[in-house]
Amino acid sequence: MSDMKTEKAPKVGKGTVKRLIKTIFKGYPVRASIAAVCVLINAVVSATPSIYMQKVIALVESAYKTGNWDMIARDVTITVSILAATYVISVISSFTFYRLIAVITQGTLKNLRCEMFAKMETFPLSFFDRNSDGDIMSRYTNDVDTLRELISECIPQIMISGIVVATLIGVMLYFSVWLTLVVIVSVVIMLLVTRKIGGLSAKHFIKQRKTIGKAEGFVEEMMHGQKVIKVFCHEEAAKEDFDKINEELFRDTERANSYGNVLAPVLNNIGNVLYVVLAFVSGIFLVTNAPNLSFSGLAFSISVAVPFLNMAKQFAGNINRVSNQITSVVMGLAGADRIFELIDKEPEYDGGYVTLVNAKIGEDGELTETSEHTGIWAWKHPHSAENTVTYERLMGDVRLFNVDFEYVEGKPVLHDISLYAKPGQKVAFVGATGAGKTTITNLLNRFYDIADGKIRYDGININKIKKPDLRRSMGIVLQDTNLFTGTVLENIRYGKLDATDEECIAAARLTGADEFIERLPEGYNTFITGGGASLSQGQRQLISIARAAVANPPVMILDEATSSIDTRTEAIVQRGMDALMKGRTVFVIAHRLSTVKNADVIIVLDHGRIIERGSHDQLIEMKGQYYSLYTGAFELE
Amino acid sequence: MFRKLIKCLREYKKYAILTPIAVGLEVVLECIIPFITADLVNNIENGCDLSVIVKYGLILVAMAVASLAFGAVAGKTCSVATAGFAKNLRKDIFYRVQDFSFENIDKFSTSSLVTRLTTDVQFVSMAFSLLIRVAVRSPFMLVFAFTMAFMMGGKMAWIFVFLVPFLGAGLFLIIRIVMPIFKKVFKKYDALNESVQENVKAIRVVKSFVREDYEQEKFEKASEDVRADFTKAERILAFNNPLMQVCLHINMIFVMTFGSYLVVSTTGAALRVAQLSALLTYSFMILNSLMMISMIFVMLTISIESCRRCAEVLSEESTIVSPENGAKDIADGSIDFDGVKFRYPGNNKVFALGGIDLHIDSGATVGIIGSTGSSKTTLIQLICRLYDATEGTVRVGGKDVKDYDLETLRNGVAVVLQKNILFSGTIRENLRWGDPNATDEEIEEAARLACADEFINQFPEGYDTYIEQGGVNVSGGQKQRLCIARALLKKPKILILDDSTSAVDTKTDAKIRKAMREYIPATTKLIIAQRTASVEDADIIIVMDGGRIDAAGSHDELMKTNDIYRDIYISQNKAGASDE
Repeated sequence: MSDMKTEKAPKVGKGTVKRLIKTIFKGYPVRASIAAVCVLINAVVSATPSIYMQKVIALVESAYKTGNWDMIARDVTITVSILAATYVISVISSFTFYRLIAVITQGTLKNLRCEMFAKMETFPLSFFDRNSDGDIMSRYTNDVDTLRELISECIPQIMISGIVVATLIGVMLYFSVWLTLVVIVSVVIMLLVTRKIGGLSAKHFIKQRKTIGKAEGFVEEMMHGQKVIKVFCHEEAAKEDFDKINEELFRDTERANSYGNVLAPVLNNIGNVLYVVLAFVSGIFLVTNAPNLSFSGLAFSISVAVPFLNMAKQFAGNINRVSNQITSVVMGLAGADRIFELIDKEPEYDGGYVTLVNAKIGEDGELTETSEHTGIWAWKHPHSAENTVTYERLMGDVRLFNVDFEYVEGKPVLHDISLYAKPGQKVAFVGATGAGKTTITNLLNRFYDIADGKIRYDGININKIKKPDLRRSMGIVLQDTNLFTGTVLENIRYGKLDATDEECIAAARLTGADEFIERLPEGYNTFITGGGASLSQGQRQLISIARAAVANPPVMILDEATSSIDTRTEAIVQRGMDALMKGRTVFVIAHRLSTVKNADVIIVLDHGRIIERGSHDQLIEMKGQYYSLYTGAFELE
Repeated sequence: MFRKLIKCLREYKKYAILTPIAVGLEVVLECIIPFITADLVNNIENGCDLSVIVKYGLILVAMAVASLAFGAVAGKTCSVATAGFAKNLRKDIFYRVQDFSFENIDKFSTSSLVTRLTTDVQFVSMAFSLLIRVAVRSPFMLVFAFTMAFMMGGKMAWIFVFLVPFLGAGLFLIIRIVMPIFKKVFKKYDALNESVQENVKAIRVVKSFVREDYEQEKFEKASEDVRADFTKAERILAFNNPLMQVCLHINMIFVMTFGSYLVVSTTGAALRVAQLSALLTYSFMILNSLMMISMIFVMLTISIESCRRCAEVLSEESTIVSPENGAKDIADGSIDFDGVKFRYPGNNKVFALGGIDLHIDSGATVGIIGSTGSSKTTLIQLICRLYDATEGTVRVGGKDVKDYDLETLRNGVAVVLQKNILFSGTIRENLRWGDPNATDEEIEEAARLACADEFINQFPEGYDTYIEQGGVNVSGGQKQRLCIARALLKKPKILILDDSTSAVDTKTDAKIRKAMREYIPATTKLIIAQRTASVEDADIIIVMDGGRIDAAGSHDELMKTNDIYRDIYISQNKAGASDE
C-alpha cells in the first residue's frame, strides 16, 4: 500500500542533521545565532565554578588551622563576587536562550508544516492514491511532535552538555592530567554502554511504534464493525484476536521502556564508581605526595581534589543527560527524515502553456481577450514558433483518440479508447467495477497523464493546457462528497470563491438543495464538521452538486452515488443532477438506468476496452452486453 | 474512578509495588553516597592511611553496585508494570465493549471508542509510570536529601528552607499561567490536524476546483494561530530553567561564603571542606526533585481527562444481558409483536415505534417497505434484541425474546445489517463468521444461494481472495452478497435482510429471493427494501409509516387499498414502463 517506507530502520543520514540545522537557521538566522551564543556562554559559565571553588577552598585551607577569618575575608569576597557576576551573565543568557528557543522551535515547526502542506497540495493524485491517509497524516502529527522534542529539548541539551563537557575537560587538565585520564577512560565506558543499551532501546521503540500502528488499525476495524460482531455473536473470537495483538504490544512496549529505564541508573552509578575511583586515586596522590602534572602547575592538594570530584560528578551528569536523549534523537531524526522526504517529492508535472481567459466577441466576430467578466471564455494559445497568440472559444468539445493508460507499469487498464463528446452532449460510462470508468475521468482533467494517444479539448491537446486552467473548465461531482469544515454556504462557495451569497443560494435553488438547507437549524449558516456527518448521504450529495453548479463550468464529470438513498431523496438528487447537466458537455459514471437512458452516447466498458457504444435504443437493439445489463443480467456497479 | 483503573493491574500488582520500593532504596543509596564520600574526603584531608581509603572505596563501590541494581530493578519492574497495566486496561475496555449492547455503542460512538482504546490508554499508562517511579522518587529524594543536608550541614541547610518555597512558588505560578493556554492550544492543534486529514481525503475536490492556493492560505492561517499560542505558552515555560539556575547559584554563593566562614571561624569544628561539596550535591538533588514534581504535576493534570474517559467505558453497564438459564432452543421461526412501543434511549420523547401488533408465521416471507425514518430498521432490531422494546413484548417461536439465551437468539435470528461490514481477511474467513465450523462445501453452498459464487470464482484466488479493511476491493453489490452468504451460514430460523440488496441488480436480487424460497423454505424471511420489486412476491408486505404499520397484505391487495404503497410502486416503475 505505502511506497514511503514507514518501517524504515533507524538509519538516518548525517544529511538530515545538517539539513535540519540549516532549516532552523534559515527561518531564524538572527535568533538562532543569538541562541547559539547564549548556549555557549551559559554552558561555559556553568562549567567554571569549580575554578572559583578551588580558589576559595585553597584560601580556606590556608587559614582554617589558625581560625582567622578576617585574613581571607577580602579574597573570598572578591572571588565570590566574580562568581556572582558570571552567574548573572549565565542566568541572563540562559533565560534569553529558552525564550528564543521557544520561538525558534514553534516557528520552525510551523514553517515545516506549511512547507509540507504547500508541497503536498502540488503532488499528483497518484501520491494520494498510493499512500494511505494514515501514513500521510502521521507526518503532520507523530513526526512533527518528535521533531519538536528534538529541536526544543534534545539539540539544546546536546549542545549544552557537549560544551560543558569540553570546558570541563579543559578545567580538569588545568587541575590535573592524571585524574583527567581516569575520567576520560570512564567516559569511554559510559559511551559504549549508551551505544549498546540506548541502541537497543531505540530499536525497540521503533518496533513498538509499528506495533502500535497495527493495534490501532485492528481496534479501528473492530470498533467500526462492532455491531456486526454483536449480530454474529463473534465477541469471543474478537477478544481472542485482540489478546494476541495486545500481548505483542505489551512485549514491545515493555522491552523498549526497560532498556530506556535501565540506562539512567546504569550511567548514574558508573558516575558514582568514577567518583570513588577518583577519590581513591587522589587519596593515593595526597598520601604519597606524588608529583602532579597539570596545566596550571598546581601541586596536588585537597583544594584540587574537592572541586575535581565535583567536576567529575557534573561530567557524569552531563553524559547521562545526553544519553537519555538518545531515543528521542533517533526517533526525532527519523521523523525529520520522513518530513524531508515528503518535501523533496516531485510536484505534479504540468508543462501546459495554453491558458483560459475572459474574452469578448468583437463586431467582426473576432475573439479578443478582456479583463472583465464576460461569461465568455477562450483558450489563449501562444505559438512560440511564429511568436503569435491565437484564441479559441471555450466550447466543451472533448475527444479521445486511441488512449492507452496504466497506473502500474505492465498492467494496462485502458486500451485504445476513442470517443468524442460534442458541446452539450451527455456521455454515460457503464461497466463493472474495474472496467475503467473512473480512470477515463481521471485522465480528462489530468489527474493522471495518458501513456499513449491523445485527448483534445476544443481541438487543443490537453497536455498543452495548463492544469489549473483545464480543471477550472471542468466541474466534478464525486461519489465521496468530501465537504469541508465550515458553513453550508462556504461549502457551496468553494466552487467559486468570489461568488456572492445570492449566487450561492441561486445555485442551491437550481439544483434543489435549498429546500433541505432552509430547514436546517441555521439554514445556510449551519456549520458542517467531519465531512458533513450530521447530514444524510443525499443531502451531502445535493450540497456537492450545488458546489459544482456555482462554478458553472462548460464540462461536467459526474460520478453518481451508489449508496442507497430513499426514493424521494433520490428523485431530488436526480433532478439536481439533471439541472446541472443542462447545456453542458457531461461525462457521467452511471449507476442508475434513468441516467443512462437519457445519455446521447452510452459507452459500455469491460476490462479497459469499449465493447459497445451508442444510444440507449441502438444498444437495446444490438442485444449485446448493454441489453443483458439493462434487462438485469448484470449489475451496473 | 482511579480505583476502577487500578483494578486493571492484576497480575502486575507485584511489579507495581516492587517499583516504588526499589526506587526508594535507590534514592536512599544515592543520598548516602555523597555523605560517605564527604567522610572519605575528610579522611584524605587529614592524611589517613591508604587502607582507610580502600575501605571507604569498597563501601562506596558496593553501594554504587547496589544502587545500580535497585535502579535497574526499578527500571525493569516499572516498565513491566506499566506495559502490563496498559495491556490489561486495553483488554478490559475492549472486552467491555464486546459486551455492549447497540444502545451502549450508540452512546459512545465508534471514533470515541477508538480514541479511548488508543490515545487515552497511552496517556493513562504514561501517568501510571510516572506515578510509580518518578512521583515516588522525587518527593522521596526531596525529603531525604533535605534530611541529609541538615545532618551534615547543620545551620547551613537553612538556606534550603528559604530556597525550596521560593522555587516551589515560582514553578507553581508558571504552571498556573501555562496550563490554560496549553489546554486551549491542544484543541486548536487537533483541529489543525483534522483539517489536514480533511484535505488529504478531499484532494480530488481540491484539485478539480483548483483550490490548492486557497487551501494553503487557510492552512497557513490556522498553523500560524497554533504557532502563536504554543510560542506564548513555551515562552512562559522558559522561566523554568533560569529560575532553577538562580536557586542553584544563590545556594552556591551562600555555601562558598558562609560555608568557608564557618569552616575557618570554627577551625573545622562546625563544618569541614569536604562537606561543602556534599552540600552542593544535595542542593542539586533537592531543587531538581522540585522541578520533577512540577513536571509530574503537569503530566498528571493532562492525563486526568483520559483517566476519566477510560473509567467511563469500564463502568458502563451493558443494557442488554443474557438471562441466566435462558432457553437454548428456538421452537420455530414465528414472530409476534404484542403492543410493542419503542423509544430510543436518551432524551427522545418521540416513540420510534408506536404500538405494533403483528404476527408472522414461521417460514413466511415478509417484505417491509416505507420511507426513510419510518422505523423499518427499528422494528426488526427488536427481534434479536439488538434493542429491547420499551413497552410490550416481542416473541420468537412463541417465547419472549428476553427469555432466550442471547447467543441462541442471535444465532437463530440472523440479521444482515444495512450498514454492513466485511473484515480484513479472506472471503472464506469472512464467511466463516456465520459458522466457524463450516465445511468448504457449506461455504460454497451459502455463496451459491446468495449468488456470490459467480464472482468469487472469477477472482484468481477464489475463496482465498483477501478482503482489504472495510471491504474496499469488492463492489457494493458484491459486498452485500457476501454479507448475505455470511448470514445464511448461520442456518437461522429467521433471516432478516435490512436493505441488503440495494446495490445488487434486480435480476440477481430476484435470483437470491428465489433461491431462498426454494432452499430454505422453513426459514422466516424478513426483507426490508427500497424497491417494491424486491418485495412484490412476498407472502405479506408490511407498509411502515411514521413508526406504525400503515397496512399489511399481498402486493395485489396493497396496490388496490394502500396509497403509500401504490405511490412508491408507480414512482419506481413509471420510467421503465414508458420507455419499453
